[in-house]
Amino acid sequence: MITIESLTKRYGRFTAVDDVTFTASPGRVTGFLGPNGAGKSTTMRVMVGLTTPTSGEVRVSGRHYSDLPNPGLEVGVLLDASAQHAGRTGREILTIAQRTMGLPRRRVDEMLDRVSLSENEAGRRVRNYSLGMRQRLGIATALIGEPEVLILDEPANGLDPAGIRWMRDLLRSYADQGGTVLLSSHLLHEIEVIADDLVLIGNGRIVAQGTKAELLHAAGTVVRSASGKLLAQALEAGGISVTLSPDGSVRTTADPARVGQVALGAGIALTELKSADGAGLEEMFLELTAETQREGAAA
Amino acid sequence: MSAITVEREASMATPRTEPAGIPMTRLTSIELRKMFDTRSGFWLMASIGIAAVLATGAVILFAADSDITFNSFAAAIGVPMTIILPMIAILSVTGEWSQRSGLTTFTLVPHRGRVIGAKAISAVGVGVVSMVIAFTIGAVGNLLGAAVTGNDLVWDLSLANLFYIAVANVLGMLMGFMLGVLIRNSPGAIVGYFVYSFLVPTLSGLLAASQDWYHDVQGWFDFQFSSSQLFDGALTGQEWAHLGVSGLIWLIIPLTVGLVLVMRAEVK
Repeated sequence: MITIESLTKRYGRFTAVDDVTFTASPGRVTGFLGPNGAGKSTTMRVMVGLTTPTSGEVRVSGRHYSDLPNPGLEVGVLLDASAQHAGRTGREILTIAQRTMGLPRRRVDEMLDRVSLSENEAGRRVRNYSLGMRQRLGIATALIGEPEVLILDEPANGLDPAGIRWMRDLLRSYADQGGTVLLSSHLLHEIEVIADDLVLIGNGRIVAQGTKAELLHAAGTVVRSASGKLLAQALEAGGISVTLSPDGSVRTTADPARVGQVALGAGIALTELKSADGAGLEEMFLELTAETQREGAAA
Repeated sequence: MSAITVEREASMATPRTEPAGIPMTRLTSIELRKMFDTRSGFWLMASIGIAAVLATGAVILFAADSDITFNSFAAAIGVPMTIILPMIAILSVTGEWSQRSGLTTFTLVPHRGRVIGAKAISAVGVGVVSMVIAFTIGAVGNLLGAAVTGNDLVWDLSLANLFYIAVANVLGMLMGFMLGVLIRNSPGAIVGYFVYSFLVPTLSGLLAASQDWYHDVQGWFDFQFSSSQLFDGALTGQEWAHLGVSGLIWLIIPLTVGLVLVMRAEVK
């Protein structure tokens, strides 16, 4: 369980994190979503005591991070997979973590096995690692203490599709066993597949949060028929406000059941009727990103 | 929900026993390990022995027969030590920032003072052991030198002398450590060390040579000058006072500033 309360971090006149409050609960994967520079990493650094907040506080398993006697056994952290001494071998980096936490030696081999780093790879210096291998090593360091809480900043970066699938399964089973997982990403689709709860942040502020189901539900319906125009008129007549897309599909915030009912009443045969799953969320996310993106028009 | 899932949930939900804290001995042994576990770290350590052997060989080959004394060996070995030991101390600290491994280190141990303390203990430990090794190599060199030249063996350094020389070298090492803590960047701290230990003393020496008023007070303000007295044997009361005051100015105060900055600075 991670509780963040009214967290604010200012750098001079710039507010990186602005009154952020949310909770990551046990047994659930919480996705922390926002464009680059939105304040995700700063928030996560504050959680583990690397950055001092201007105000507000964070509690992990009910305590301040610095009060944990042996944090590695309670919280697994991966903030930046590239932040490792390039001259150490992967095995050595894992051994330092194992010894710091006071764990038995065999845990190192178990973890290397768990993140699929071969004996040969583990013996190489980290400067020769690909980003994907660094991510695996970082995950191994986070998991070695068998913590109840995981805090991962962009863990899927640099992983190949199979690696992303592996990561997803690993985090899912972790949460299913009662663990708390908080992971950040700037990619909506990446996080949509795995998260139970979502927290959207932009310019340091939380713009939306809730369960994935709630947030997706709010996204509305996409519906099609042979003539989009007729369908739109019929729905408007039925009291549902709609937007007609250039591709002929009709979008609305009403739920699919009601849209189907109205169309049936108007005698229009539908060719497609589905929840807009995340389309609204994507819209919101793109709006957030628009300001920081060079391709402003694309949003 | 299957029975298996329920069982798994229960296993993680069972209240855990409070883990014990991380003892200082463990932290120190880890910091010590981190000084050796990269190629550059390993060779830096090995260079202590290598440099001592080379310096010893040079004395036997090139020094006049009458100069084949323990003092000559100790002096020759001392020169590379005053550079290598501070480098070791600097890199043990700055690596956490320059290599960004501090992100993990300070997350696993969220008490930066303890980590820096463990680094200081390991650095001083390495310094002391290095001096013992260096003196031993020097002693072997002296034996060899005497055998080769056929001169009488001359042991012209007492144990007290050796102790003072070791203290002077450890002080130089702490100087590097301080710069590492203060600057937190490997190239910056190394440049800083050369300014500190070569440029400042040279300027101070020039000033002392030309200005009488400074010549009289140099000991109070020039840490290199006052610590170099250690190489000449026992210090007088006033020389100790010089060492204390100049050490306060050049070592303790900047170290304190550095520690305060380390505690406050963001680790990125």
